[in-house]
Amino acid sequence: MTGHIEPMVGRYVHVEIDGETHRIYFEENGAGLPLVCLHTAGSDGRQWRHLLADEALAKKFRIIAFDMPWHGKSNPPASWTGEEYRLTTARYTQTIRAFCKALALDKPVVMGCSIGGRIVLNLAIEHAGEFRALIGLEAADFQAAWYDTSWLHRPDVHGGEICAALVSGLIAPQSPDASRRETLWCYMQSGPGVFKGDLYFYRVDGDLRGRVEEIDTGACPLYLLTGEYDFSCTPDDTRRTAAAIKGASVSIMEQLGHFPMSENHEQFRRYIAPVLNQILKQSISDKQGEYR
Amino acid sequence: MTSPSNASDAAVFEAFAGIPALLDQTPALILRGRTLDCECLLGPMDQPFHASIRGGRIVDLTPAPVLMRSWRFSYRASSKAWAEYWKPVPRPGWHDLLALTKREEAVLEGDLHPFMVHLQYFKDVLALPRLPHPAVSS
Repeated sequence: MTGHIEPMVGRYVHVEIDGETHRIYFEENGAGLPLVCLHTAGSDGRQWRHLLADEALAKKFRIIAFDMPWHGKSNPPASWTGEEYRLTTARYTQTIRAFCKALALDKPVVMGCSIGGRIVLNLAIEHAGEFRALIGLEAADFQAAWYDTSWLHRPDVHGGEICAALVSGLIAPQSPDASRRETLWCYMQSGPGVFKGDLYFYRVDGDLRGRVEEIDTGACPLYLLTGEYDFSCTPDDTRRTAAAIKGASVSIMEQLGHFPMSENHEQFRRYIAPVLNQILKQSISDKQGEYR
Repeated sequence: MTSPSNASDAAVFEAFAGIPALLDQTPALILRGRTLDCECLLGPMDQPFHASIRGGRIVDLTPAPVLMRSWRFSYRASSKAWAEYWKPVPRPGWHDLLALTKREEAVLEGDLHPFMVHLQYFKDVLALPRLPHPAVSS
């Protein structure tokens, strides 16, 4: 065997969501604190491939990325008969918790980007005690719409082309061309109406204004990191959100946009590695406290 | 035809007028727009151009107004927005056509179907003055 084999391994786990078994695809690498990574709307877990292959981080974390149902290699459930897909806050929250439970993860760290960043805020509001730390990338309690999502799913517009073209401007101009193309490729491959259905959560159902004040960062630390080139969830959106949460950590990432982990992993790593190390340090300190 | 009012506007106007020639030198972009035939209004807010696109090429670019000339959609931005958009590394919030509409430095009007169907094509065509060197400084 001469080919380089990457370290992450992909498998399927059967997850009970709302009384129905879902076959969820996930990839993982490493050992240590469980770190569950959530992809953006209309994409899939491939966005995390660089983090999954990060040798140094994998020595300390069990890095896991799963495809949400309807995304990537996680098919829609057997009961789906073709009706319009719509992600809700309740469904999204339930899916993440059920996935963590199915893998028997002990107080995982959850890191989500975009819609994943938004749902992380909801996890912090409703289920902080279940998580060791929460990380929201490109996260805010709400952000202003900048296009009409009905363009994403109509027979006279190519879904893959329009989804990719819309989000292309959210990538920082400094990001390498190959990473830019790969990030957009995932958008081109999304199922019909899936990106639009995810944005139902983002635009309609998941408005957390007036609720993030409830977050107790003493129960679960919260880190928010946003790329300076993200004009969808802007740095100001994140700062405004963080200002309402006592103890939330905020970082604005230079030369990055809405997809830090896939558009420029090297640059993203400069920001995320210190956060993960801090979480690890805190976890070790908490354990030592327990043993005393 | 209205004349550009100052040196910066004139530079943007001139750079815009050069887009069809730049496009002719970019066969991959013409290929991407190969199914597009469209009349549209593009350019600086106060001095836009009527563009006739055939098979992905801009076959005519004439400064507006032209008596009774129709267009399907219009994308117009301030001179400052074009100058920023064409910088080699645009600043955050000035780096995408829809970032410009979100910050109200540009307006998108009319029947948006051809624009949305060919969104990446229009983003790239309208970015052509960025390459290989900045055409306009702000």
